[in-house]
Amino acid sequence: MADLLAIGSRRGLRPALPLLLPAYLWLTVAIFLPLSAMVFFSFMTDLPLAGKEWSFTLGNYAAFFSQSLYSTLLFASLRLGLEVTLWCIVIGYPAAYVLAKVLKGRSREAIFLLVILPFWSNGLVRIFSWAMVLREGGILDTALNAVLPFKINIDLMYSYPAVIIGLVHSYVPYMVLTCYLTLQAIDDSLIEAGRSLGASRRQVLWRVIIPLSMPGLIAGSALIFVPVVGSFMEPRILGGRTGTFYGTVIEDQFVAVFNWPLGAALSFILLAVVLIILALAAPVLRRAA
Amino acid sequence: MAGVQVANVSRSFGAHKALDDVSIDFADGGFYALLGPSGSGKTTLLRQIAGFDFPDAGRIAIGGESVERVPVEKRRIGMVFQNYALFPNMSVADNVAFGLSVRGEPKATIATEVQRALDLVQLGKLGGRKPHQLSGGQRQRVALARAIVTKPRVLLLDEPLGALDKALRVDMQIELKRIQREIGITTIFVTHDQEEALTMSDRIGILRDGRLVQEGPPEEIYDRPQSEFAATFLGDANIFRGDATGSGIRLPDGTTIAASTGASVPAGAKASCAVRPERIRISTGAAKPDAGNANTLKGQVSRRIFAGNNSTYFVDRDGQTLKVIVQNTGAERLAEGQPVVLSWSPDSTVLIAA
Repeated sequence: MADLLAIGSRRGLRPALPLLLPAYLWLTVAIFLPLSAMVFFSFMTDLPLAGKEWSFTLGNYAAFFSQSLYSTLLFASLRLGLEVTLWCIVIGYPAAYVLAKVLKGRSREAIFLLVILPFWSNGLVRIFSWAMVLREGGILDTALNAVLPFKINIDLMYSYPAVIIGLVHSYVPYMVLTCYLTLQAIDDSLIEAGRSLGASRRQVLWRVIIPLSMPGLIAGSALIFVPVVGSFMEPRILGGRTGTFYGTVIEDQFVAVFNWPLGAALSFILLAVVLIILALAAPVLRRAA
Repeated sequence: MAGVQVANVSRSFGAHKALDDVSIDFADGGFYALLGPSGSGKTTLLRQIAGFDFPDAGRIAIGGESVERVPVEKRRIGMVFQNYALFPNMSVADNVAFGLSVRGEPKATIATEVQRALDLVQLGKLGGRKPHQLSGGQRQRVALARAIVTKPRVLLLDEPLGALDKALRVDMQIELKRIQREIGITTIFVTHDQEEALTMSDRIGILRDGRLVQEGPPEEIYDRPQSEFAATFLGDANIFRGDATGSGIRLPDGTTIAASTGASVPAGAKASCAVRPERIRISTGAAKPDAGNANTLKGQVSRRIFAGNNSTYFVDRDGQTLKVIVQNTGAERLAEGQPVVLSWSPDSTVLIAA
């Protein structure tokens, strides 16, 4: 990699421009412009639609700090992001390990397909199908009561666990994929070398495999944590009344209350908080990787 | 430290017999080479001894203790891998310390032992480097230090020099041999390089298709191969096939070749003779017959390859091409197409049962 970069800089950036340009033009048009518009909105008192009066204000940002509701919800969302990320590691990492190190050939392809299947289904369909499973008298409830000799009442619908389940289901493929890639790059002979030196399988896992797959764990965690903190669809549908999070409040501002300036300001505060968290974690993560 | 006994070990992968009833005794403190072409089962055998894989049948003992069902981490072996298999996330010192550290040795002991091992492989000052900052030869030394620092009972080397270039490989051969002598550890070395096997080991085992073809000291295998395969795989050999006469063989054209070493084959049975190319004398006229060159054949030089200190002549004779290696002593060089007489001693002729 370092060699490639060295070659690139020796030849200068100019020959690379035609390769870079399409992507950066697209990014400028598709992300930078709308996002700038949003920054602009976040400092306005009202939307300049239908000839309404508006002026510049810091009030939208001040609202976040004056009402404890927003910071409470932000903390709830950060906790949600943390929990979902942890569950994704717990569930996704072992699966990635088996895919990368145990299965070979055909069976690997088949299992891989199952892992990325959630990507191919519509998000809403995914969430509503969970609603069918989790509600009282739903599939899980009926099935368990058919098997168990005693009566239990499974009603996970509209609860915090339901939100976690839905989010983990949506995001676990990211963890499996990123970890799979780093695990597959670990030479099997490193594992054998560890064991030949007297390390048990568990010691090899903790001292060799996990440290070497840290880049994948970190990449997967970042890919999951950031969108989960701002998520609104799963909390709203599966969480019901308990599903009020920072993301759903932002969504409300845009969709229900039609207070775009406040929604934009809340979004940028979230962005700032996430960036601060990633920046604070960077030195630790770099050492781990 | 300990010897290793492999007795009647077999291992199949599906229908493929990777090892077929192999028995070898590796004596304590010896340096053994397992030599064979790829797919001969030499690496499979090494992996059975290491414990990465278990045999279907047979017994493996290290220091008299049966280990064929003992997992690798409990066998107290040291292994050097073909690609070195250094942990890329750890420094050189941490790599070497790994085996002691998983055993829970105190930190001070680890530090001294690691330094001693690194000094032994002459890398005492590079403990702080990461593996990717080392050259191939240095990585090789780290891998060796890491394998011996735990004081294993046996040292297993899987084509350890295969990835090095020629000059470095010769250096490492000498180095490896020095270290092995210094700590006196039983060493089993897998290679497909016959020269490496000849120069380094006390004993060689030649494998082919999962079977042990021949086993013994390098000189013995080279001078008295027991099969055409052993003769041609370890070094070069001219092979003559014919019927045994009791004191040699008779070729289909009636020529007899006397052989005074090798197997005893009853007269009339099919047999072959092997002669090393450097044992044959080549001359332009008929040499005076004496005991030293009792075997003579006429032929014609078809090609000559000059290699500095020696020349290889390819001599055509009755549809067969024979190889003769002659030291360059400044004597007359033979031209291609020239009729020549080849002669060699029966002592240099090994009789092999077909």
